[in-house]
Formats: sequence, structure tokens, C-alpha cells
Amino acid sequence: MDWHDQGIVLAIRLHGESSAIAEVLTASRGRHPGLVRGAHSRRLSPVLQPGNEVEVHWRGRLEEHLGTYQVEPVRQRAALLLDDSRRLSGLAALCALAEVALPEREPHDALYRGFQVVLDALVADGPWAALIVRWEVQLLQELGFGLDLSVCAVTGLADDLTHVSPRTGRAVSRAAALPYEGRLLPLPAFLGGAAPAEGAPTGEDGVPPGDIAAGFALTGHFIMRHLLEPRRLKMPPARSRLVSRFLAQPGTSGSVFSS
Amino acid sequence: MAHETRRGAAGTTGAEIDRLIQLLARLPGLGPRSARRAALYLIDRKESLMAPLASALANAAERVGPCPVCGNLDTVDPCTICRDERRDPALVCVVETVGDLWAIERSGAFRGRYHVLGGTLSALDGVGPDDLRITDLVARVREGLLSEVILATNATVDGQTTAHYLTDMLAPTGVAVSRLAHGVPVGGELDYLDDGTLSAALKARRPFG
Repeated sequence: MDWHDQGIVLAIRLHGESSAIAEVLTASRGRHPGLVRGAHSRRLSPVLQPGNEVEVHWRGRLEEHLGTYQVEPVRQRAALLLDDSRRLSGLAALCALAEVALPEREPHDALYRGFQVVLDALVADGPWAALIVRWEVQLLQELGFGLDLSVCAVTGLADDLTHVSPRTGRAVSRAAALPYEGRLLPLPAFLGGAAPAEGAPTGEDGVPPGDIAAGFALTGHFIMRHLLEPRRLKMPPARSRLVSRFLAQPGTSGSVFSS
Repeated sequence: MAHETRRGAAGTTGAEIDRLIQLLARLPGLGPRSARRAALYLIDRKESLMAPLASALANAAERVGPCPVCGNLDTVDPCTICRDERRDPALVCVVETVGDLWAIERSGAFRGRYHVLGGTLSALDGVGPDDLRITDLVARVREGLLSEVILATNATVDGQTTAHYLTDMLAPTGVAVSRLAHGVPVGGELDYLDDGTLSAALKARRPFG
């Protein structure tokens, strides 16, 4: 059997001397591996970089086989990010997380489209980090562990939400959070939380770096709890390195949520 | 059964020849068939090739080891490059593997010294900073004898992620850090270049003339 699809390269694993196993996030078949012969050729090695969009032709005797991919480039984004350490770490983190968290051969159209939006933002000059956090929220939602950030779990009100329960994934308002503040996760404004304090420093995303770090902490907690720990997996180091970049930025501790 | 058929010589040759073929087949670029041809070729030239090759292999296995300074492979400690006083000791080129070091040496364009990392950061292969010779590099820079570190990691996502990580690690030392240019290869025709290389070349353009 065989099929054609469009996809995004997530990872490449060497296989033998000249071949590689490519993990591709395809539009209609989800994360799907396949053997690429001649992956280290001059023609294919620049194409088979994480984040690049490709047209794939998969062939295999049975659907559950590894099969082989024929790959044609569609859009090579990775090359545009090689000089930018922050955006490159964003790309590496996004691809590594998708590779480890997404189930194999299970289509997630919304996640695929969201992934494309984040990749486009990474190569454009605009905001991107908040989009990665949003994609992670979408990832949790698509895989059945969605966060409820619309109303307070205690009061039922939609105003002044500042925290999230690490157990239920539901938002908590400032007043209700007060007795439990040390045990709750901060909810950044760009995910529906209360607006940051006036004069809080904003990063290249137009969002305080502290809020981005809080967003990563929030999604990271639930990704670990629901997607990785049950499978005894660790958070990909690429994502941890991205988060450390935001934690190291000035203004991280000045977030309204830590006050 | 199929395996025996493919080996072919299994029933007709001694265990020593079988063993030789099996070991040769493990070399890069050789499969069982070409390993058989190589084994026959060696056996036909026992005195002129096989014995010197065996001696060279034994000698290399006994004497070759990584240089404690740069990680290059050599029979002397420190390696020939690190000992060479004609080379600029203030200039260090960081490469992923010894193969990359040899490639730069072939070009003859660099007269400084090297640091072999031993790979790149790779989540997929489970390679983290502790698995690479990054601490050794930082220690070399902290000795204060280097004026520039050239990052010659591959132009791949993993290679450049490693380069950025090294830049962050070296930032507190104040040493100048540069990296190889990415772009159009010599003799390359634009029409045949991939989009990524072209985009990178355009992005890295510089004043001309």
C-alpha cells in the first residue's frame, strides 16, 4: 500500500550508513515514521531537518510496517533559524516535544495546523514563544487532558483568574487562590489570567518573559503528569533548555503572579 | 537458510576465512558480498598487503588514542597538531568529530588548533552536554591563552543548537566566538541549490567590493 501526504519533519534517526528513520508529523496520518534511503545525500540532508515541511510518499507492504518514505521539499524553515539561538531553541523544543508526546499514526488535524502556525511565527519576525505555550495547551486538549481556564473552579466566576490547580487543571481566581497560593500554578495573562502589573517589562513577544516562563511551567507540569510520566518518559532536554532561556531573562521574577 | 545461502562460502571455507569476512562486512561501505571480495583480494596478496595491513591494524589498535587536550586521534600524547609550534595557539576550531577535523585539515585553510566535541546535543540519541567535551573546552578557554573560538559544527539543527549552547557557555569567559559561514558552495549553481541554503546565503550576505 502507499499514500501521499504533506508533513513536517520532527526528527531523524540514523539507520545504517546512508539511511535514516524520519519521524514526520503528517497532516492526515499524525506522527508517522518511515525509512528514508539516501538520507545523508547532498540533496536530502538539508531537507531532512526538523521543522522543514515536506511532501512524503509512503510505501509499505502492510499499514503497520515501518515502510519507506520518498521525500520532496515544500518549505525549508530550519535554515532560516540557524543563526537565531532563541528561535532555534524554540523550533528544537517544539519538534522534540511533538516527537515524544504525540501518539504514532493517530491524526490530529488541529495540532498539525497549530504546529504550522507556530513554525510560521518562528521564521517571521513576530511573537512566537507564547504561541508555543498555546500549542502545548492545545496538545493537552487534543490528547484528552485539556485545561479549564475559563472560570474559577471555586467561585465559578470568570474574572481575576490568577492560578491553576496542579491537580485538576482548572483555573482559580485571586481571592480563592490566596490560602493555597504556594501550591498553585500561576496562570499568565496571555492564557486568560489577570493582566500583568502596569510597567512590567515585556519581551520580544510583547509578553513579559515571566509570563512566558509561567506558561511553560504550567503546560510542562501537565505534560509531565499526563503525557510523559505515565510512559516513564522525561521532558525533552531541548524544551528544558528553551525554558531556561526564559527563566534567565530579566523580568522573569517580576511577574505579577509571583507577587 | 537464506542467511547461509547469502554467505555462500560458509560450507566451503574454514572458520578463519568466515571470521575475516564477517569482520570486513562490518566496515562502512562493505556488505557481505564486497567483504568476500576484499577477503579474497587480501588472501591473494598475503605478503604484499595482508600481512602489512594486519601489522598496521595491530599497531594502530595498540597505539592510537584520543589526545587529552583536543580529542584528536593520534599515536602521540598530546597529538601532533597540539604539539605543532607553527600553529597559532590562540585560535581554536571546535568540530563535532575527528572526521570533521580531518576535513578542515585537508583544506589547509586553518593553522590554529582544534577541539573535538565528540558529537552534538541530541535529544533523540540521548546526548546531553555531559556527554560532550564541553567542560574541557570551557576549561581550555579559562586558561586565558585563547583569543578566538571558531565553532565549526555542522549546519544542521542539532549542530547549530550545540553551537548556540557553546556560545552561552563561553560568554562569561569573554573570548571571541565566531562560526563558519553558511551559504553558496564554491562551484555551486544557484539553480541547483536547495531553498534552505539559498535563504541562509541571502540572510548572511555581506558588503562586496
